[in-house]
Amino acid sequence: MSNLQAPILLVTIPLLAAFFAALGGMLHRKISFPIALIAIILSFHQSIIVLLKVVNDGVINYRIGGWMPPFGIEYVVDHLNAMVLVVITFVSLISIIYSKLIVERELPDKIPQFYTLYLLLTTGLLGITITGDAFNLYVLLEISALATYALLALGKDRALISTFNYLILGTIGASLYLLGVGHLYIATGSLNMADLFRILPSLSGNSAVMVGFILIIVGVWIKMAFFPAHGWLPNAYTYAPSSSICLIAPLMTKVSVYIMIRIMFSVFSAEFTFANIAWQTAVVWCSVIAIIGGSLQALAQRDFRKMLTFLVVAEVGYMVGGVWLANEIGISGAILHILNDALMTLCLFLVAGILIFKTQRHQLMDFRGMFRKMPVTMGAFIIGALSMIGVPPTCGFFSKWYLIQGAIEAGRWEFMAALIFSSLVNAVLFFRIIEIGHFQHETDSHDHAEEKISEAPAIMLIPLVVVAIALVVIGLYTNDIVTNVIQHAVPVL
Amino acid sequence: MEFLLAKYNYWFYILIMMVGFYAMISKNNLVKKMIGVSIFQAAIILFYVSIGAKRGATIPIIEHGHDAVHHIDPTAYINPLPHVLMLTAIVVSVSTLGVALALISKIYAKYGTIEEDEINEQLTDV
Repeated sequence: MSNLQAPILLVTIPLLAAFFAALGGMLHRKISFPIALIAIILSFHQSIIVLLKVVNDGVINYRIGGWMPPFGIEYVVDHLNAMVLVVITFVSLISIIYSKLIVERELPDKIPQFYTLYLLLTTGLLGITITGDAFNLYVLLEISALATYALLALGKDRALISTFNYLILGTIGASLYLLGVGHLYIATGSLNMADLFRILPSLSGNSAVMVGFILIIVGVWIKMAFFPAHGWLPNAYTYAPSSSICLIAPLMTKVSVYIMIRIMFSVFSAEFTFANIAWQTAVVWCSVIAIIGGSLQALAQRDFRKMLTFLVVAEVGYMVGGVWLANEIGISGAILHILNDALMTLCLFLVAGILIFKTQRHQLMDFRGMFRKMPVTMGAFIIGALSMIGVPPTCGFFSKWYLIQGAIEAGRWEFMAALIFSSLVNAVLFFRIIEIGHFQHETDSHDHAEEKISEAPAIMLIPLVVVAIALVVIGLYTNDIVTNVIQHAVPVL
Repeated sequence: MEFLLAKYNYWFYILIMMVGFYAMISKNNLVKKMIGVSIFQAAIILFYVSIGAKRGATIPIIEHGHDAVHHIDPTAYINPLPHVLMLTAIVVSVSTLGVALALISKIYAKYGTIEEDEINEQLTDV
């Protein structure tokens, strides 16, 4: 038992900083940003320490307050959540630097509140990922959800109504999760995930356990906007302020997928999930519909942000479908896609944020002439787009490749067809934008104000370029990531 | 009948939950919807509280526990853990309600109504 403190620091630094950001904001509103930035940098550093430790020495068990599990709450970091932790802190770091100017413009009188909520959301997501306790997970799920509601509601247009709908559905999802945990508690008398994993096999066939599993999984599906519970996501994300959407869109769905994987393989076992529940056929079909439907809906949009939100729905289909293919390659692909999709979505939402920052609009037609005006932004956009389509050497290709291989191995041709179909639709979608950006120029009817649009400021460009480079670098090092991290995270089937 | 009575706490929580669910789905007024959500959460809280109960058991404070180590009969005390969990869940439920009511008051300031159909009418007009 090492006395490494990184697992707890990782979560408590942003939590405490949220308090100080609110307090410091009362003195001067400019204090909150440096506090938040420093906290997230420290948290990112700790997450790297944890990841290296896990890769070198294996699973970390951290007992909070020294209480022995299953009585105390335990933080467990294995290869799967070490990776997700780094993704969360990285995305959080990138978008906090990026959104500094946007916050100052969008929410000039709410800067401390924004950073407080931002830190609380990061805390919630990190806590969900790191905890080894099923009830603790519920509490942190609600912390992150409440912060998300407040951040989304700061947006314009229909933001209030769509956030309210999200709040209702999100609460139902979390309540179902809680109810499911209650069923497991009745059957086992434990809330510790490792303890549940040990006890549950002796209860196979128990109907309370079955109902518990179903309630938890359905609750998590509502949270991640998996078809047919995806209705809340496009509106809630489209009208959100671009300062917070760069944190929310890449992470919320991915962390929910992580919860699903955790519940399926670390609380229940792969054997229980795939032999006793045996929903593979239905779930993969649902994800096929999510992928095809999401892609087609995206194709129908004229609004760039709304198009991206439908792509998020389709990507959720990729990951859920990949996990429920029930073979190791499919699950590796889904886990790799958590990493890749978080960065791809981040990259595209950063581009959308710059577009809104510069032009105040986010229609597809607003890309006219952008290659000339913002070459760097559009260069990053092309990398993000290629990754979304799945062109090597960007990372999107590799996870898709794993997913397709998994589909072939499982003999699920409909899933393979959906993946290829979605790639084709993405190609159409993004090349349409590239065409608009490259070849269509403003007609004379536009006023001269638009001509002044130039490249975004460096504080926004550098994070975007870092993410774009990361997309390629992760693509090139996919093999190392899979052998060092993901291979250990996949359950033995 | 035996089946109904033996597990009556579960039947009640499902009943209350469905009342909340009904309000959430069918009510037009946003505050009523939110009350539905609260009832839904309260049902789950009742479910948890009821599973800790035991017939003939007392509150979990061990008499003369500080004197010496002695045998403790677990059936004589109710299980306090679900109750403690629910303290947290109540906090979550209250804060959800708080955020939702704040949202509703913002909605009222913007649209001048909290009836969902009237808001939708305004949205489609624009």
